[in-house]
Amino acid sequence: MWNKRREEESPKPTTSPAPSAVAPSAPAPTAPKPIEPKKETPMSSTPMGRIEPESRGGSATIGKAVKIVGQIYSKEELFVDGDLEGTLEALEHRLTIGPNGTVHATVKAREVVVLGSIQGNVEAADKIEIRKDAKLVGDIRTARIVIEDGAYFKGSIDIVKAEAMKNAPKPQVAPPAPAAATPAPAAAGVSGNPR
Amino acid sequence: MKSLLRGMFGSQSAGTPSKPGESIRSLFSSRNTPTTTLTRSSRGLQEFFNYIRGQSGLTILDFGAATQQNVSFITNLGHRLYSENFLQLLKESFASDPEQANPGAIEHFLKHALDYPEGQFDGVLIWDVLEYLSPPLLSAVVERLHKIVRPNSYMLAFFHSDDKQDAVPFYTFRIQDPTTLQVEQGGSHQPLQLFNNRRLEKLFAQFASVKFFLTRERLREVIIKV
Repeated sequence: MWNKRREEESPKPTTSPAPSAVAPSAPAPTAPKPIEPKKETPMSSTPMGRIEPESRGGSATIGKAVKIVGQIYSKEELFVDGDLEGTLEALEHRLTIGPNGTVHATVKAREVVVLGSIQGNVEAADKIEIRKDAKLVGDIRTARIVIEDGAYFKGSIDIVKAEAMKNAPKPQVAPPAPAAATPAPAAAGVSGNPR
Repeated sequence: MKSLLRGMFGSQSAGTPSKPGESIRSLFSSRNTPTTTLTRSSRGLQEFFNYIRGQSGLTILDFGAATQQNVSFITNLGHRLYSENFLQLLKESFASDPEQANPGAIEHFLKHALDYPEGQFDGVLIWDVLEYLSPPLLSAVVERLHKIVRPNSYMLAFFHSDDKQDAVPFYTFRIQDPTTLQVEQGGSHQPLQLFNNRRLEKLFAQFASVKFFLTRERLREVIIKV
């Protein structure tokens, strides 16, 4: 009953943009709306479920689950949060020993930031920073040193201007041998993930 | 007041030294206690730097924990600085020997703290760390210093002078300039031994000379010539 009544009812006039121009008439069939192209959300080509670290140019990371015994020569900024024994060089770059980093090595870099532990001599052409709760046992040779209260340091400090360090005769360096990486069973992160 | 202080800091009678381990443990457990800092002139520091004035390239040994001020001050004078963090090593070496009497532990400590060639150093900033040492360890350390410091060099050490004190603060000394020290104090401990001038002269008998300066805080600043 109600449906009949509805059919008998005169259709309500539809609103038109120019009422004067268009005489009221039965509603014209609504033209199908054009299909607007969907605004596509930019998507990574990475398969779902795998998160790639944000990458910036020119830096590398040794994750906290990684232990390396050998020689590392880096030509980019390096963040070491794992275990390292041997030699560690990043002559023109900054080297950061992360809070979990344990380094038993001779270290050479343009700049060294220590949040973890170093046992070995350190040569930092520009600057070395030893943060609170960090530990450094060894001799330091650098142009500038920053040491926070609470840092543990045992060794000698030689302040040498950067020019003097550059002019110093460089010891002959043996060709780099491939490092022996020992990844732990847990997912290890050796990636270009700068901090 | 004295009995109140004894209750706060220990039950030992005035003038009686505490056990070695208690002092060190108190030091490291008081790290989080509030500290006060004051700046004062230091005649002993002035004498020490007067003796090395005009020289550069010296090798100075610092028994205190490395601080930015002390590192910068010494290295800006053109000297090489050796930092020992003496008290931290003391704590680690004698964790199982709080009396500091075991000869093996003493030798082990000397090997880690003061294993340097003879005549290596041109000056030593001892600060007040010798007050934390038991008699046998103190003798061993002083004897080792006599070997590793170059003859005609100087050492600066601080000792509390008032043997009626129950407890003295823990100090961190920072060099502000050649005549001024910034002294941070917090917590307290009882010195293991109490020294008067005569005892200090006896302690450093094998050295060339000993000079004393007394501060208003009843701290005896001692310049020892090797």
